[in-house]
Formats: sequence, structure tokens, C-alpha cells
Amino acid sequence: MAKSARQAQVEKAALYPLDWVEERSGLVGYTKWFLFRNVPRDINWMQTLGAATLTAFLVQATTGVFLAMYYKPDPDSAYASIQNITNEVTLGWLVRGMHKWGASLFIILMFLHMARTFMFGAYKYPRELNWITGVLLLVMGMAEGFTGYLLPWDQTAYWATVVGININATAPIAGPFLAQFLQGGAQIGPETLAKFYSLHMLVIPGGIMALIGLHMYLVVRLGVTSPPWSKTAAGRPRGEGEEPEGYGAYREGLIREHKEEDEAS
Amino acid sequence: MSDGTDNHDQAPGSSLWPIGFAIGIACILVGLVISWPAAVLGAAITIVFGVLWIRDTARTHAPVDSDPAHALVDGTPSEAQIAAEGEHLETYGRAGFLTLATIGLGGVIGAGVVLPSLGFAVLPSFMGEGIETNPVDLGPLENFPEGTFVITSFTGSKRQGDVSRRTAYIRNNGLSAEKEPSFTIIYSRCVHLGCAVQPNGPRFEDEAKTYKDVTITPVKPAGFGCPCHGGAYDNEGNRTAGPPVRSLDRYAFSIVDGNLVLGDHFSVGTVDGTAADAVMTRYPVAYPGIHVDGISKWLYPLPVPGAGS
Repeated sequence: MAKSARQAQVEKAALYPLDWVEERSGLVGYTKWFLFRNVPRDINWMQTLGAATLTAFLVQATTGVFLAMYYKPDPDSAYASIQNITNEVTLGWLVRGMHKWGASLFIILMFLHMARTFMFGAYKYPRELNWITGVLLLVMGMAEGFTGYLLPWDQTAYWATVVGININATAPIAGPFLAQFLQGGAQIGPETLAKFYSLHMLVIPGGIMALIGLHMYLVVRLGVTSPPWSKTAAGRPRGEGEEPEGYGAYREGLIREHKEEDEAS
Repeated sequence: MSDGTDNHDQAPGSSLWPIGFAIGIACILVGLVISWPAAVLGAAITIVFGVLWIRDTARTHAPVDSDPAHALVDGTPSEAQIAAEGEHLETYGRAGFLTLATIGLGGVIGAGVVLPSLGFAVLPSFMGEGIETNPVDLGPLENFPEGTFVITSFTGSKRQGDVSRRTAYIRNNGLSAEKEPSFTIIYSRCVHLGCAVQPNGPRFEDEAKTYKDVTITPVKPAGFGCPCHGGAYDNEGNRTAGPPVRSLDRYAFSIVDGNLVLGDHFSVGTVDGTAADAVMTRYPVAYPGIHVDGISKWLYPLPVPGAGS
């Protein structure tokens, strides 16, 4: 069906901003290249768990940024500021709830994603680095949980942190040093709260974002794993554009092997 | 590049510079413990031998022209060969120098930013900056009846305020065999993982006394118990059950103008004897869950600076 001149004009006007950006940055093309990748034909719903984990992290990052606008990391006012967020600030109960429950969801999703990767054998060559960065992300995610738990500064938070720091202290040789670094001195006090706040909202999230970038780069470069019951092994090559050299040959080899197996049977 | 020819003969790996470099590093480490001048000397040795080592390595790995296209054709150098030769020399000379200079300068600038920041992030925890040096005055001796424990709650650090509120179980043992006053002062934190240990016995809230912000409540415990993981102790703080690895920490004391004043906090392996006759070895205060005596103490060989008295 031919477009009318008017339709074409409207379309052109609507797409003009995108074309403007594309011409100057190539970003539209890169985004399309990033989003519209070939994946194995028999991909599984379980393989959405990674994206779900990423979404959970983004929820934490977004709500956390806004919670930081109302939270006061000081022993005299921390608890009161949490009460204020929960009971007084408009929609504070909702955003704090999202952050609190989202934290558990983030951890749970990380474990489910990890279990999927393990069950599908997706940690094997050439994806070992993806597993390693994933394990580091898991550790940092749990460190987020540990540091965030202290911030409400109530009895649960305080004693959980006392026990948590002392568990760290029992590690041979380095344990006491780690514990003392975490509590920022000889005792848990104002320094501990400020330090945990800084770790929780700046240091560890920065590390997580960097590692997520690396993790995603590897996913895009190496492609999505087929499920273990798949016959096409490592998916199909991209329709156009250059393959990464070493890996392309490897993938061709895999596909050829499986074809031979199919023909033999 | 007039000296370019005589360097390719060197066999790699025969250099002595790394050994000097290692000696320099060792000097720095020993110097950090012993004295600053030694550390500075070590740094100088490290830098000198490091530079020599890098120079040596750079010479050994200087590019060797093995491209057959550059071989002489009919004894005369071709135009392409001359061009390539010029390019090649240029690559080693200026580009190599600029690369090294960029990496070196970048490293120096990066270290200038990162090292102070890291030191600022890590070192204050180990300088003992948060430790309160003012002794805690617990009030007149009459508030501590002889032979019974009192739950004493006090503020450990005026600067930190309520977050430094601590509890000790104090028993006035009367006079010791040497006619000296004797107090058993047990710190309330469990030596498993640091929860608050509770006295197993009736409290006498109506006999409670206060002195400034110190509260003193008599109690008749048959030992102490931890609500978190079930650690149990007798009245001397010796472990009787559960996961703790040593006896409860204690405080030393002094008596100033008729008032009981809290002294150094210390850790205890085990306590022999009871009350005024109790005998124990004082260890520097250790984190809960850490062995202070026996073979297991070798798991924690390094003292933590700034950990308190």
C-alpha cells in the first residue's frame, strides 16, 4: 500500500530527531545493533532471569538515589530520617518499600540467574569470564545488602552489623583488619554508619555498574547460550556485520560438528 | 640510533637489576617497620635499579628487522626499504620514548591521586583516632554492694554519645588476700560474635541507683547467657556451653576519690579461681570469636593497630 505524500511527510518529521542524532553519533545504529541480536531459535524463558536481575538493580539504583535525598547518615538523626521517609514524605513509604523489598528480590534473582547459568552449562568455554564477573557481582550485591542493612539504625540493624562485622573478624590473619576497616575504628560508632553509607551508595554501586558493563559486553560478544537440549549449539551468525574473528571460527566449527552428528544419526 | 647494533647480542634474562630492585623493595618494607631513613634509602635503590632494569629490558626487546621485504635487492636499498627504515627508527626512538613517558607520567599522576585517597579511606581506622582517653567514672563505691553483681550501664565516649553506651557486670569482691580492694568487671559483649550477654537471674530494679548517666541495677545471676547463639558463661565469665572461644572480656579498674573508675579493656583466655582469688592472663583486647591463647591464636598473628587498650 503506497503511502500518501502527507503520511511520508509526517513520518519524516517524526523521525527527524532520531536521524539527527544518528547522523552525528551513530548511536541509533549501535542501539539497534545491541538490541536486535540473533539468539538461538530454542531460547528459554529462564534466560530472561539475567535481564530481570538487571531490572532489579536499576530499581535499586533509582529508588536509592531518591532515598539519599531524604536520608541523614548520622547516629542522632538516621533513625528519625527513616521514620520521616516512611511516615511523612509523600510516596516515601512506597519508594522505601521498593528499595527494601527490591533488595531481597535482587539477591534472589541473582541466585536464580546463577542457577540457570549452571544448569545450562553456560559457564563453560568461552564464557568463563562471564561466570567470574557474575560471581564478583554476587559478592558485591551481598555487600550492598550488608551495608544497607545498617542504615535504618534500629536495634536489628545495629546488632546484625555487630555480628556481621565480628564474623568478618574471625577470618584468619586478615579478618581483624577487615573488621576494623569496616567499623572505621575500635568500636562501631558514627564512623561506621557514615562509612557504610558511602560504601552502600557510592563505592559498591560504582563497582557493580562497571562489572555489569563488562558482563553485558561479554554477553553481546559471545552470544546467548542455547539450552542444553538444543541441536544448534551456539546459535546462528549475525546476518550482517563482521564476526569477532577467533570466536566466529569457533562457532562455525561447533555448528559444523553438530550438522555432522545429525547426518550420522 | 648509532648504538643500535651492539645491543641485540645480549641474552635476555641474565640481568642482575631485578635482584637489586627486590633488595630495594625489601629495604622499603624493613624501613617502614624500623626507621624512615632506611625506607627512603630502599626507595632510592628501588628506583635506580628499576630504571636500569627497564632500560635493560627495553634494549633486549628492541625490535629486530626481520621483514624479508627490507632485504637488500641487488645490493642497493630500494625506495620502500629506505622509507621503512626511516619509519622503523622513528618508531623505536620517539614513539617508544613518548609511550613510556605517557605511561610513566600517567602512573605518577595516578599514584599521586590514588595513594592519598586510599590512605585516607583506610588508615584512619587504624590510627586509634576514635578511642576515648577520658576514663569513665562509675560513681561512689557504696553503690557497689559487696558480693553481688550489679548491671552497670555507662557512656563509653562522650564524643560519640549514646551509640557508645556500654554495659558491664560488676561485682565488689571485698578485700583480697593482700588487703587490696577487688572488683570483677565483666564486659557484656559475648565473645562469640558480640551480642549483649544477659545475666541469668532476678534483677532488682527497685534497688537501682544512678550516678550522672551511669545506671546501676543489682542482679543475682547464676551465670550469663547470650540470646543470639546460646553461648553460656559462669559468674567468672568462663564459657560453660555454646560457641564462644574464650572467657568474657574484662575491665581493669582504679579507685579515685572513693569512686570506681573504669580502666583498660582487656581480653581473657580462661579464669582460674573465683572472685578476689581469680587468676588470669591479660591479653590485648581482641575481636569476639578470636582465640587469644592456645594453638588457635596463631591464626591471628598480626596485632591490629588502633584496636584500643
